[in-house]
Amino acid sequence: MSRIELKNIVKKYGDGFPAVNDVSLDIADGEFVILVGPSGCGKSTLLRMVVGLEDITSGDLLIDGKRVNDLAPRDRHLAMVFQNYALYPHLTVFENIAFPLRLQKGKHSEEEIRRMVHQASGMLELDEHLDRKPSNLSGGQRQRVAMGRAIVREADAFLFDEPLSNLDAKLRGQMRTEIARMQRRLGITTIYVTHDQVEAMTLGDRVAVLKKGILQQVASPRELYEQPVNLFVAGFIGSPPMNFLPARVSGSTLHLPHAEVTITGDLVEKVKGKDVVIVGLRPEHIKDATVETTPEHAVHFTAVVDQTEWLGNEQYAYIPFDADRAVRDKLDELDRELDGEGMHPQLIVNLDARSRVIEGDEADLAFDPALMHVFDPESGDNLTRDDEKAAQIAKDSEAQRRMALERAKKREAAKGGAA
Amino acid sequence: METNVSDKVKTWLGVASIPIMVWTAIPLLWILATSLKSTAALADSTQNILGNFWPKHMTLDNYRLIFTGGASDLFVPALWHSIVVCLVSTVISVILATFCAYAIARLDFPGKGVILTTALAVSFFPVIAMVTPLFNLWRQIGLFDTLPGLIIPYLALTLPLSIWTLSAFFQQIPWEMEQAAQVDGATSWQAFRKVIAPLAAPGVFTTAIIAFFTAWNDFVFSSNLTSENARTVPAALAYFTGASQFEQPTGAICAAAVIVTIPVVILVLLFQRRIVSGLTSGAVKG
Amino acid sequence: MTTDSAATGTTRTKARLSDRARGERALGWRLAGPAFVIMLLVTLYPIAYAVYLSLFNYRLTDPAGRKFVFLRNYLTALTDPLFWQTFTTTFIIVVVTLVFELVLGMAIAMVMNKVVWPRKTLRTIVLIPYSIITVVSGFAWLFAAQVSTGFFNHWLHVFTFGAWNLEYDWFGGRWSSLTIICLSEIWKTTPFMSLLLLAGLAQVDSSMEEAAKVDGATWWQRFYKVILPNMKAALMVAVLFRTLDAVRIYDNPYIMTGGANKTMTLSMLVANETINRVEIGMGSALAVILFIIVLIIAFIFVRGFKVDLTGGTRGR
Repeated sequence: MSRIELKNIVKKYGDGFPAVNDVSLDIADGEFVILVGPSGCGKSTLLRMVVGLEDITSGDLLIDGKRVNDLAPRDRHLAMVFQNYALYPHLTVFENIAFPLRLQKGKHSEEEIRRMVHQASGMLELDEHLDRKPSNLSGGQRQRVAMGRAIVREADAFLFDEPLSNLDAKLRGQMRTEIARMQRRLGITTIYVTHDQVEAMTLGDRVAVLKKGILQQVASPRELYEQPVNLFVAGFIGSPPMNFLPARVSGSTLHLPHAEVTITGDLVEKVKGKDVVIVGLRPEHIKDATVETTPEHAVHFTAVVDQTEWLGNEQYAYIPFDADRAVRDKLDELDRELDGEGMHPQLIVNLDARSRVIEGDEADLAFDPALMHVFDPESGDNLTRDDEKAAQIAKDSEAQRRMALERAKKREAAKGGAA
Repeated sequence: METNVSDKVKTWLGVASIPIMVWTAIPLLWILATSLKSTAALADSTQNILGNFWPKHMTLDNYRLIFTGGASDLFVPALWHSIVVCLVSTVISVILATFCAYAIARLDFPGKGVILTTALAVSFFPVIAMVTPLFNLWRQIGLFDTLPGLIIPYLALTLPLSIWTLSAFFQQIPWEMEQAAQVDGATSWQAFRKVIAPLAAPGVFTTAIIAFFTAWNDFVFSSNLTSENARTVPAALAYFTGASQFEQPTGAICAAAVIVTIPVVILVLLFQRRIVSGLTSGAVKG
Repeated sequence: MTTDSAATGTTRTKARLSDRARGERALGWRLAGPAFVIMLLVTLYPIAYAVYLSLFNYRLTDPAGRKFVFLRNYLTALTDPLFWQTFTTTFIIVVVTLVFELVLGMAIAMVMNKVVWPRKTLRTIVLIPYSIITVVSGFAWLFAAQVSTGFFNHWLHVFTFGAWNLEYDWFGGRWSSLTIICLSEIWKTTPFMSLLLLAGLAQVDSSMEEAAKVDGATWWQRFYKVILPNMKAALMVAVLFRTLDAVRIYDNPYIMTGGANKTMTLSMLVANETINRVEIGMGSALAVILFIIVLIIAFIFVRGFKVDLTGGTRGR
């Protein structure tokens, strides 16, 4: 069990380009932290620096308060699951899992090794595959063997490098819950790298969002979703992604492509002097006014729906719009940063499944302006972020995490006592 | 691939493969047939069947001649020379090339490209161009007609080849395998011994076979840099004389040819799949 | 020697290197160095020495008479009709064997690629000639064609219903000798060619061929417009390797004719000058000329046909 601290970590490659730039992160004992970002954001590099496969150019890496920058990977007592699992093809499943134990010569008796491997294989339901070679296993089974190898090591922390990216969608969902359950059960500090924001949101106690080697925001999934610090985080978290609309400012009114919103409070001060701002609206916060009840201060507007997708439990509507030239470049840049395809801008609305809107209809839509985010088009900063609320969410999440960990430990102890 | 081949095409391909196999096999059977002919049958077509191809009466006289008879003092030492020289040069070059290829595939250091390019360029050298200076030099420093005098040029033959094939093999081993071992708590040496070595063993083995075969096949160096004390089989074959001065040594040569060919053919056939991948991986983009 | 190389390796870098990166470089050269140095010693040194010796008039039997003659050896060689005769012979062998091997090798590769039965047997048998020692294959073809011991004349006699002369001497003339030399060479090396081509064929995506089939391409069009362009790399490498091998041909003609009837090749001429006539200076000059011919061919292929030889093994 251990605490991992990253202090001003920098990674520069031969050409001087910083792949990771000044990242500081404090990971508490037993915490599940996700490193997330689009491809090339430096998340894997950061993980590989923690495990010791990559040199740290500057900054300090501390495990349980001890600086480990110069320690070899094997001396850091960490376990890692690789993206392609890195199973040893010449060894059976049993020997693959036993591999780390056998390396510690003389420390474990044959009997002990067998017990530990069986314990891990039991937990991962691999018992009937122990004599097989990795090449005969399915993707999910290989993934579990890789986890088994990590478990027996009784490491101080688990590191995962995009462990689910080679699995199909259904299996990915199953393994995701499996990893979450295992982490809680073992109560082990975990760092998990992914580019998939769904994995980030569902697994993490806290999520660190990276962009081009720079840490954008570290927060609980809920805080990231409700109180993102900037355009990038707001656009990255949530599926379908947040809509970004250009809005002209005139006094306390924002002119959106389809609607007008009156703003109040200190937001008026913040947007003062700006010609345009970017308004962020989550698809699920826009409602079909004809079938759903909306708050009385809701902003109503009508728009022609270009395309709809009915999924049974929900429905998406797509409404194209023309971005203001003043913010067009900014939005294009954001699109590129988020690995977008550079499509024509469109408003995505997540409608209730009961809604009868079909393509070509002029839909009657509404949203609650309190749920709207306003971003500075130059810096990308979120002008509507409420720090007090954010702090409250952080506190609640931390309390919840402790409770869950406590409960898992108790349950484990009870199970141990019964057995 | 097989699924979209129609029955008609299948049959035609099967038929087409017959002449290929016959064309390949005839010279081989011919060597065997000649080695089994008696001295009299060699020059007399009436004692053979199938148009002077196969002997009516097979005899092992030729084999006796090269092992215990008149040609034995030429063939038996040559066989030993071949085995010693080829084994030693193979072992040396494979060991050196294994380290070299491991470094090329695994480590980041300047000059990797230079090594590979040099290896390739060297294998294009006309060996005969090396013979002239070596002949002169060996005579001066006393390496002419010695086993080391043959082992050294054989390194020139086998090293580039081994470096090239082994680099290709090492590059096929996933890099993460070794990193995983390190994270699992292995030292560099443990990672090499427990993970990389078992995975690379087939590649090293294949390279050894190819290198051994290249040395075994050499005629240029052996015929020009040796006379009696280090002559290998291919060169010895060329210097065979018959039982008497006026008799052609045809049968003895063929018997010796069969003897030196059989082990190599067996080796190549046993490991054919690996050898094919070894031969092609270095040359063709894999 | 190795530490020298390591030193030059590290001084060339500009950026500050971490200890591990520096250690990696040192280790890299420590591991790769010995093989590299030995390779250079046993190959580059003789070549350099040959270039040096080629500038002298030097007979081994008369070391005292060694005299610096600059390029006179080259001049003598290049104006000597014997040189041009061996050059022509070598050239003929290269072109003939290459054309036949390419066509045959391609045909065999295509059969091997698609054949269902006898797939394994075919792939195995085709490898055998490759594993035969060149000298042995030379003898096999020599004995097969010789009047006294051979079966060629007998078989041809049967196939031509008696028209073929049973006493035909294959090694009595230049062209018939070259025919047997080429046949032997083709037999021995076509397997290697077809293996390289098979590896290239295996890389051609079969769905591409199917798409061409759907697009209405005939068999020949599919072969010419889809398969060949997509295996160009393998084709070029195979042709280059074979050309360079064929230019250096020595064993086969040495065994069969010993150079009689104008069948001497360049390599044989080099050996003849050096070993039999102990004209070290002239032999070296010829060796250098041969080396330059090989270099030119390699250069033409790598530049002219854009053969990327390092592509297969370039780092990650």
